[in-house]
Amino acid sequence: MSAAASHLTGRFIPVFSILLVILFAWYIGAVALNAPFQHDLEKRTGNVTTGVAFIEKTLSQPKPTMPAPHQVAQALWKGTFGVKPWSRRSLVYHSWVTLSATLLGFAMGTLLGVVIAISIVHVPALDKSFLPWIITSQTIPILAVAPMIIVLLAAIGVTGLLPKALISTYLSFFPVAVGMVKGLRSPDILHLDLMRTYSATAAQTLWKLRIPASVPFFFASIKVAIAASLIGAIVGELPTGAVAGIGSKLLAGSYYSQTIDIFAALIAGSICAILLVTLVDVVGRFTHRQMGGKA
Amino acid sequence: MNIAPHTSASNGSSVPQGSSTQDDASDRKVISTRNLDLTFPTADGSVQALSDITLDIDRGEFVSLIGPSGCGKTTLLRVIADLEKPTGGSIEVNGTTPEGARQDGAYGYVFQQAALFPWRTIEANVALPLEVMGLKAEERARRVRSNLELVNLIGFEKKFPWQLSGGMQQRASIARALAVEPDMLLMDEPFGALDEIVRDHLNEELLKLWATTGKTVVFVTHSIPEAVYLSTRIVVMSPRPGRIHEIIDCDLGADRPLEIRESPQFLKIAHRVRQGLAAGHAPEA
Repeated sequence: MSAAASHLTGRFIPVFSILLVILFAWYIGAVALNAPFQHDLEKRTGNVTTGVAFIEKTLSQPKPTMPAPHQVAQALWKGTFGVKPWSRRSLVYHSWVTLSATLLGFAMGTLLGVVIAISIVHVPALDKSFLPWIITSQTIPILAVAPMIIVLLAAIGVTGLLPKALISTYLSFFPVAVGMVKGLRSPDILHLDLMRTYSATAAQTLWKLRIPASVPFFFASIKVAIAASLIGAIVGELPTGAVAGIGSKLLAGSYYSQTIDIFAALIAGSICAILLVTLVDVVGRFTHRQMGGKA
Repeated sequence: MNIAPHTSASNGSSVPQGSSTQDDASDRKVISTRNLDLTFPTADGSVQALSDITLDIDRGEFVSLIGPSGCGKTTLLRVIADLEKPTGGSIEVNGTTPEGARQDGAYGYVFQQAALFPWRTIEANVALPLEVMGLKAEERARRVRSNLELVNLIGFEKKFPWQLSGGMQQRASIARALAVEPDMLLMDEPFGALDEIVRDHLNEELLKLWATTGKTVVFVTHSIPEAVYLSTRIVVMSPRPGRIHEIIDCDLGADRPLEIRESPQFLKIAHRVRQGLAAGHAPEA
């Protein structure tokens, strides 16, 4: 118990100190960036303030160049708890829209990645022919491809969740494929020899040896993949002028110079990413323990 | 009927034993190699791992392969197990090819390391080959239990390998090899990584196991006392190229307490093995 507590404070104090530094820098930046506008405004209205009063005003503009942390926090609080979760103004609603595309895309990407990895490990010809194409696929900037995918799919009548999920799939299958190729090849020669002495089939070796041995690689891969999926879903919302989702909030915010909303949506997105990665981590730890790993 | 050891120091000049004993021995023979060669291709030329290996092993024998590293003792065991393919000569295992014997589950193989799957409990590790064979759950449970009993690991079924000592892990791997219920045990320096006290203890247990089950054991080692203590015959091998230098009978009888290792008879055989190893190691004229 005390060990766990000290472990917690051991992590909490460094993280918290960095947070303080970031907040401090953020406030300085907000004052510096918002000051010119406030200055012009006060010159025009003739209501000139100085000192602390001036700083307070730079930190409470309705459409600041750089919103202050507390403004973002307020917007985030209001968007999360101040409105009904299914309301259009709720960040929970928009987060869910993005998350559903993320999870669907992630599931498809993971499945695709695992299937590709299994094929590459079992068919030597694919090892040579497939991998360069997979790597090439990731050198194409997703921002260029995403609108094409969305528009092409819309042309054949596929709209809504699926196009966004496909962009997530595109981004997430890669880390899974690469990680799982390594994982499926990770068993000792000794263990492979052992399976051979049993005259095990390729399928038996896959299920009883290669897949269990690849589990740590799998969780490391899907941690990257799920974060990439979220980015894919957000990017997928941008070119469509989507009506809902974190991406649409970002877009709407930039149309109407609602910088506070942009930042609130960004933070909501980060919170989603943290939740997803933490979830993967927890499932990974649980699996590790179930498989007899040392705590 | 034991085939007399042929003690030729030179390469393969000896003819296989007289044909009159051949018929008699053929149904007792489990492993029979004739002029076996194995050459590994490497980047800078080929390496001859086995050269002209002619060896017969009878049912129920305990044969040790001993020699310095590079003498091909492990390679020979791997050829018998169909983990390597010979490049010349012939080999029969259980009256068929090594591949056929492997597919029949004729042998259990014990590696130098226990090679347990870390994500499986001890009982699940022992059950692994039985799952591959497609046995029913009750039969698997029965064999797991009886073989863990045989190696004194009752009470550790639910433990994971890392929770056991090295000696216990190796016992579990022996139980796993025995669970297949093979005619033969092929053991590749199974106790090489263990300390001497544990090793003595496991040697004693292995002898008991061999006496009670009557299985044929082919045992690779580089320890002279271990080879003499366990074996009915000792095959002394020499390196570059890997070949049989000498085959020494080791007739210490069935009852072998650990103290037998101080008896004059034991020391005499150990001395012969040591001489054989030294002679095989020396550069040939």
